[in-house]
Amino acid sequence: MDVLFRNVRELVERAEKENKQISEIMIEQEILMSERSRDEIMQQMSRNLTVMEEAVEKGLKGVRSVTGLTGGDAPLLQKYIQSGKSLSGDLLLDAVSKAVATNEVNAAMGTICATPTAGSAGVVPGTLFAVKNKLKPTKEQMIRYLFTAGAFGFVVANNASISGAAGGCQAEVGSAAAMAAASIVEMAGGTPSQCSHAFAISLKNMLGLVCDPVAGLVEVPCVKRNAMGAANAMVAADMALAGITSRIPTDEVIGAMFRIGQTMPVALKETAQGGLAATPTGRALEAKIFGGAVLHRD
Amino acid sequence: MKFTSVFDIIGPVMIGPSSSHTAGAARIGRVARDLFGRQPKWAKIYLYGSFAETYKGHGTDVAIIGGLLDYDTYDERIKTAFKEAADAGLTFEFITETDHTDHPNTARIVIGDDQMEMSMVGISIGGGAIEITELNGFPLRLSGGMPAILVVHDDRAGCIANVANCLAKHNINIGHMEVSRKERGNVALMVIEVDQNIDYSILGEIELLPNITKVTRIKS
Repeated sequence: MDVLFRNVRELVERAEKENKQISEIMIEQEILMSERSRDEIMQQMSRNLTVMEEAVEKGLKGVRSVTGLTGGDAPLLQKYIQSGKSLSGDLLLDAVSKAVATNEVNAAMGTICATPTAGSAGVVPGTLFAVKNKLKPTKEQMIRYLFTAGAFGFVVANNASISGAAGGCQAEVGSAAAMAAASIVEMAGGTPSQCSHAFAISLKNMLGLVCDPVAGLVEVPCVKRNAMGAANAMVAADMALAGITSRIPTDEVIGAMFRIGQTMPVALKETAQGGLAATPTGRALEAKIFGGAVLHRD
Repeated sequence: MKFTSVFDIIGPVMIGPSSSHTAGAARIGRVARDLFGRQPKWAKIYLYGSFAETYKGHGTDVAIIGGLLDYDTYDERIKTAFKEAADAGLTFEFITETDHTDHPNTARIVIGDDQMEMSMVGISIGGGAIEITELNGFPLRLSGGMPAILVVHDDRAGCIANVANCLAKHNINIGHMEVSRKERGNVALMVIEVDQNIDYSILGEIELLPNITKVTRIKS
């Protein structure tokens, strides 16, 4: 099958040679591979954008999960921002709160768009709806934000992994953060090369992150990992826009993430056997939720 | 390439909390409903591995029932699927199994009504993607992502050619095809992945061919 890019190097080279944005290359590749029209593809992404916006709004009002483990942190953060006391900056915290909002809605069985998975669905929309207030993008630019994220995620999914069970949380929230960092840079007017550096800087700081959800549920620590994923994405984007480059090429960072995932113990890959899931409190919560009758595979 | 579309990365739109345990579970239920051809009256759902351990917290149970009611991954009614099932006259039972399976997220769905019964095994392989690995005792490998038709037929010469000819007549391209049988000369199953959704009229046409017992389809 003909593809326009197989790795980030090819993606950036093609974009810069043709003087196009990363998002445009992704759209062109989707047209090529799906044999659907540009209109159809843009409309489908527009619907995904609407789902993301509704999830953020719902989460900011406050939701609670079935187990009661998560919910209500997004409005807490918004209230704190409004108090004017925030130390890390209103825009950054806005992104964090909107990432949290999305994942709280996810945990409460609300409707979300997986980006790239349900457990990591907060980072991309969280950052998008925060930087939107500063950059004032058009609707099309917001849709393009998702294509840029998708382009990098596409490379990761095919060359490494976006599954916590296969690669740990670095493959889920790590990928999501790096995807978001690249998208922020494009929306802020950065070059394709700067998008790539933002992606690499972000992912490098997520390497090794394990997937250790308490009771195996997409709640603790997933919601807070999305919060920090959003913060990581914002800072990585700012670093790249400032002209800082990654010494290790992006594709090699993705390769490192893949190999780390392969050598990561199974107990730390979405099995609820290690890490935070195996702490005394993690186990106690698990017993409470499942009535003590919990089976553990070894 | 495992992933071919940007919407594999930005998507699916789904009811949370887990792409594998919720969206994938709903898709397994929906494929079962699709293969059954109508809404079943009863369902017995056997859960294995991680599905058995965490199904309550992930809403795997309501998602599968939602799928059996023909809901897509983003249908809000998944959350109230138990009540919707009662209203629709579908009774169900969940059974957790301790047997080891090849894949951690495995469900066996046995469904039926007054006229027939069907057994299917589905696995959720991540990001909402699924595979069907068994139908009525026949091993198979089928992704829910492609439209497909499944043909139960007598294990006789010419069956496969007849079905292929019928599809060719309607200009339907076969992407992938597998035939399996339990024993020689007995019942066999053809699994044909095609490029577009197949109309019921074509299924009827295939069903009228000699030695064909039953034809079902999966929409994409």
